[in-house]
Amino acid sequence: MTGSNSAAGQGPEAEETGNSGKPSRRSLLGWSGAGLALGAAAGGGAVALVQDGEQAAPAAESGAAVDFHGPHQAGIATPVQDRLHFAAFDVKTGDRAEFVQLLKDWTAAAARMTAGHAVGEGAYGGLAEAPPDDTGEALGLPPSRLTLTLGFGPSLFAKFGLTDRRPKALVDLPKFPGDNLDPARGGGDLCVQACADDPQVAVHAVRNLARIGFGKVAVRWSQLGFGKTSSTTPSAQTPRNLMGFKDGTRNIAGTDTARLAEHVWARAGDGAPWMAGGSYLVARRIRMNIETWDRTSLQEQEDVFGRDKGEGAAVGKAREHEEPFLKAMKPDAHVRLAHPDSNDGATLLRRGYSFTDGTDGLGRLEAGLFFLAYQRDVRTGFIPVQRRLARADALNEYIQHVSSAVFAVPPGVREPGDWWGRTLFTADRRD
Amino acid sequence: MRPVRLSVVTAAATAAALAAVTGCTEKSDAKGGEHTVEVAASDSACELSKKEFPAGHVELDVENKGSKVTEVYLLFPDDRIVTERENIGPGTRQKVTAEVKAGSYTIACKPGMKGEGIRQKVTATGEGAAKRDPRLDKAVAAYRTYAQEQADQTLPKVKVFTDAVRAGDLDAAKKAYAASRIGWERTEPVAESFGDIDPKVDVREDGLEKGQDPEKDWTGWHRLERALWQDKKIGAREKQLATQLDKDLADWQQRVGKAVITPSSMANGAKELLDEVATGKVTGEEERYSHTDLVDFKANVEGAETSYVLLKPVASENDPKLTKELDKQFAALDTLLDKYRSEQGGYAFTAYDKVGKADRKELSDAVNALAEPLSKLAAAVVTKK
Repeated sequence: MTGSNSAAGQGPEAEETGNSGKPSRRSLLGWSGAGLALGAAAGGGAVALVQDGEQAAPAAESGAAVDFHGPHQAGIATPVQDRLHFAAFDVKTGDRAEFVQLLKDWTAAAARMTAGHAVGEGAYGGLAEAPPDDTGEALGLPPSRLTLTLGFGPSLFAKFGLTDRRPKALVDLPKFPGDNLDPARGGGDLCVQACADDPQVAVHAVRNLARIGFGKVAVRWSQLGFGKTSSTTPSAQTPRNLMGFKDGTRNIAGTDTARLAEHVWARAGDGAPWMAGGSYLVARRIRMNIETWDRTSLQEQEDVFGRDKGEGAAVGKAREHEEPFLKAMKPDAHVRLAHPDSNDGATLLRRGYSFTDGTDGLGRLEAGLFFLAYQRDVRTGFIPVQRRLARADALNEYIQHVSSAVFAVPPGVREPGDWWGRTLFTADRRD
Repeated sequence: MRPVRLSVVTAAATAAALAAVTGCTEKSDAKGGEHTVEVAASDSACELSKKEFPAGHVELDVENKGSKVTEVYLLFPDDRIVTERENIGPGTRQKVTAEVKAGSYTIACKPGMKGEGIRQKVTATGEGAAKRDPRLDKAVAAYRTYAQEQADQTLPKVKVFTDAVRAGDLDAAKKAYAASRIGWERTEPVAESFGDIDPKVDVREDGLEKGQDPEKDWTGWHRLERALWQDKKIGAREKQLATQLDKDLADWQQRVGKAVITPSSMANGAKELLDEVATGKVTGEEERYSHTDLVDFKANVEGAETSYVLLKPVASENDPKLTKELDKQFAALDTLLDKYRSEQGGYAFTAYDKVGKADRKELSDAVNALAEPLSKLAAAVVTKK
């Protein structure tokens, strides 16, 4: 957000451009930025972005921009936005230089789009004979807290002779009991997580990156998410999933630098120095048997989760954020099994979204949770937790994991000129 | 093929040299220039700032001063569309650009977007696009020859097919079907520029308009394809349709030479051929009964490649990076298609219903990889980067 104030004070007449050079989504930011400052002063729901232990400018419930640059990629500790478009790509080129150029082109486009600008030379006003650089559907929309987060899948490393740089923490996930995975909807050499408060802004971002990537990468699968199911802002209410429950109430807060450092950010000494400041992402498409769940008695629903449905409090507790007493719960209750105390302290930063992709042809909602979790090491993060859940979770009767992917999310793009994945692809391999 | 109702638009896109439309940006320098015609469109009038302009680039600067949504056309004397702009709302301005040769044209405003419109004759004066790079004139001439050759070579192949239908020989007709379409598929944008031939010969059942009866109004290759592969019988109606197909394609052969071809229509035509592949062939919709989609696919790509190769001398000067990428992606797609070819250089391809989902995805990715840079060829032909 720094630098965006240059647009503050511009009248709304600046809004109608927003094509290439001229700010429009950014000029809106001037306005919302003012509202933000007020919100922060009032001590309301304003939240802070964490930047290497320091508090950066606030980005809260508005159309503001989230800073693209920083030691960590935005879209992890960033307060969770309302909407998601997640896309996984296959790499189609074997030419390392060409791929690196794509990462640079993507970085430039991402920096523009997250700031509320159109990509390249904009969506109109260019050569009449050529298709415009930008596809145009985000013109006039505010930045909507768009974040774009890039990850590298395990299959990427062999494609560019980088097998020796594949982090040990980036393991192929084992098969868990109950998995019914569609390979066409899982995996991928690359991923882009686009989160924004406006779905059109998120979709625009993925669409334009895919377009820039044609010939070098191809979309393998993608997923839209419409409702956040986790919060990284502790003061906020934990959102409910499609089962009507709050889950993940003890999620890591984006402001909790100590827990982020302990559980989310990879360190140079963890085994892959190029990943320092990065993280590891597990994505799982979890289909819910919505209709059978809805026919389940309230008592059983609450027993399955280990919480009450209204407040979200753990069994025997009155408030959502009260520390649960795990032994009061049934042995197969979801909260009990997923709790760090049941998993040697394993803690994930969850950032999942609900999805509904219409119906499944049998009149049932094709719906569920698109689970996204960031962690410092998949081996001590997702895997032990999911092993326990897959084996015993009472929830398994109502859910099925239908796609799966894992990615190494490199550190942030530090400043203009830096690019996504530089630490992996630069020549110096001793770093 | 394209659905019938799109054929007019297609004709515009192909015949119009630079049937591209810019946004509603205000450019002060555009006002009153000799290449700009200001069009004041109202509910009852279509006033032009001038009725003569130099041939070459022309820009219609349209302002809708009326209360109805309007549209503006630049038409050839025979009512073919040079370029058009629809949905111009009351109180808004739009620009429509085209590249025109010297000659007479008509500008028509259609308040309410219906009827013949309010028409005015205009003249493009001078030598036309005479300043064009002579290499581009050569490319256009060579492409015109190519399009004519394709039509000339197609007619006898069509006759083999239609003779078999008329003889009631199901197997022979099936065998001759795909080959009879290759020349057409290679040069489809040219054929489509006539507007009326494509709906007669290459429409699919789903392209029929409401009120059209598939049994009575559906003609052409795909109607026969259904008879041969799905109905598995040849009746009197099919024999009649075979003769009709000969006739309609003879019309095409006669008219190819008169098609309006420009360097940019060649480039856009190449892109359109890839669009055809992306929307009809990769999905298996085009040849849903015979599953000979890959033959059309190959022919579309060959046609696009021919245009590209002819334009390359100029394009490679203006945007060498683009032509390098296009060379690479054409080669990659050709190599991929060869995997499905029974013999090198032949036109027997794997039936598309035998091509699995993952392989279709690979083909689709290769089409996208080529079509994206190909969409930039027209710009590289007219402008130095």
